[in-house]
Amino acid sequence: MKKIINQPSDILEEMLEGFCYAHSDKVKRLENTNVVIRKDKQAGKVSLVSGGGSGHEPSHAGFVGQGMLDAAVCGEVFTSPTPDQVFEAIKATDCGAGVLLIIKNYTGDVMNFEMALDLAEAEGIAVDKVIVDDDIAVEDSTYTAGKRGVAGTVIVHKILGAAAEQGLSLPELKALGDRLVKQIKTIGVAIHAATVPEVGKPGFNLADDMMEYGVGIHGEPGYRRDKIRPSKDIAAELIEKLKDDFTWKSGDHYGILVNGLGATPLMEQYVFMNDVKGQLETEGLKVDFKKIGNLMTSIDMAGLSLTLIRLTENEWLDYLNAPVRVTAWGG
Amino acid sequence: MLTTENTVNWLTSFGEKVIENKAYLSELDSLIGDGDHGSNMARGVQAMLEKFQSTEFKEPNDVFKTTAMALLSKIGGASGPLYGSAFMEMAKQSETGDISVIISAGLDGIKKRGRAEPGEKTMIDVWVPVCEALQENQLTKQVIDEAVQATKPMKATKGRASYVGDRSIGEIDPGAMSSAYLFEALLEGDILND
Repeated sequence: MKKIINQPSDILEEMLEGFCYAHSDKVKRLENTNVVIRKDKQAGKVSLVSGGGSGHEPSHAGFVGQGMLDAAVCGEVFTSPTPDQVFEAIKATDCGAGVLLIIKNYTGDVMNFEMALDLAEAEGIAVDKVIVDDDIAVEDSTYTAGKRGVAGTVIVHKILGAAAEQGLSLPELKALGDRLVKQIKTIGVAIHAATVPEVGKPGFNLADDMMEYGVGIHGEPGYRRDKIRPSKDIAAELIEKLKDDFTWKSGDHYGILVNGLGATPLMEQYVFMNDVKGQLETEGLKVDFKKIGNLMTSIDMAGLSLTLIRLTENEWLDYLNAPVRVTAWGG
Repeated sequence: MLTTENTVNWLTSFGEKVIENKAYLSELDSLIGDGDHGSNMARGVQAMLEKFQSTEFKEPNDVFKTTAMALLSKIGGASGPLYGSAFMEMAKQSETGDISVIISAGLDGIKKRGRAEPGEKTMIDVWVPVCEALQENQLTKQVIDEAVQATKPMKATKGRASYVGDRSIGEIDPGAMSSAYLFEALLEGDILND
């Protein structure tokens, strides 16, 4: 293992300090916690809290700020944060309008966030949750009952974040979130596994000429291994899978996110984006929104994921395009 | 009868058993999970014991709540929220003073949090028979031991152990074992005898 770190066990602490120092214009660390919160707490709006294990940077702290999240709760690498941490984030960001938790669908995350929800309700804080399960690759994965939550979670942050800024109530945001999650689907591919620093070696082995379809963001098994293919063939396979799941028709309106998993250069992501463009044009889809970059990574995994959102409600595109002041959403 | 004092004694004894058997719990977990149940549980009960040292409790409710917060903030993984939920629900029923009602509330908390049912090789496979025995006022060491042993032939379908599938068959569930320490401590204390 070759990494620019000190002690593996100090990574979370040191990363959070570095993050909050680098982005001190937008965020700060909630004292004595592993929670990153907005610097400018905004009165009167529902607070959005997300988080999960670390190793997926810039998720989720990179989306804290005006227009997206109010807090990100950061666990150890690939490990859910504990309920007390989530509870602190809830208490610190609630302005009286309530708090919505956005949870990726992993058994540990769901349990820990739901426990925090119970603690907050016992204190009289209105809290609800949206569980994101956008990864269509496999059902019932290593750490998940049902489908996994991956890059589509960032789209949920963006749309709910903009809607919260507009003043939607907690029940309205909860309902919007549940409708939204049904229209967001992701599928990924890996060409090299991530190395968890505490483990010291890659989570799985892929030969130099091999790739795996449907790998999860913690290296959970996908659905098929194959010889590495040209970008356009990979795009074709992923789009085929998404098409089966969406059952779209020509003229439907979509948004797309090409997401790098950590060690795949933007150069390759743009090549892939170009292939996605061609094939979605062939399908006759209207692509109203596009995003590219490393938004939901898996440490140093090489590979990428493709997320599609079916824009079934007019407001969604406005929410996607609404201005934000966060570190990682980009222009 | 449940008192503040015997509740603290019970949970202290539970904590000591977990610490004593830390290596064994991790060994069980390494066979079917990720091998950290012993160290995680030990970290949790250590925090609980420290809280016991530094806190004056008024009633059992406070003891259970403090235990819940210590465990859920220090154990981590799935066991943290599961034990945390159990003690949080037990706190809510502590006024009844009826240990069978209290343990049964704890079981409901675990079931709700973990969405598990009996027979899936989890900690509730110990909690369910213990609850039943308590309702009949017939909890014995044998009931607990048999419940633990009964998890051996089960195949895990919930939690980390579920992804080793058939390989989980033949081993004791580590969560069942740590729960057994809780009930052994209960049996050895004076809550059931007074």
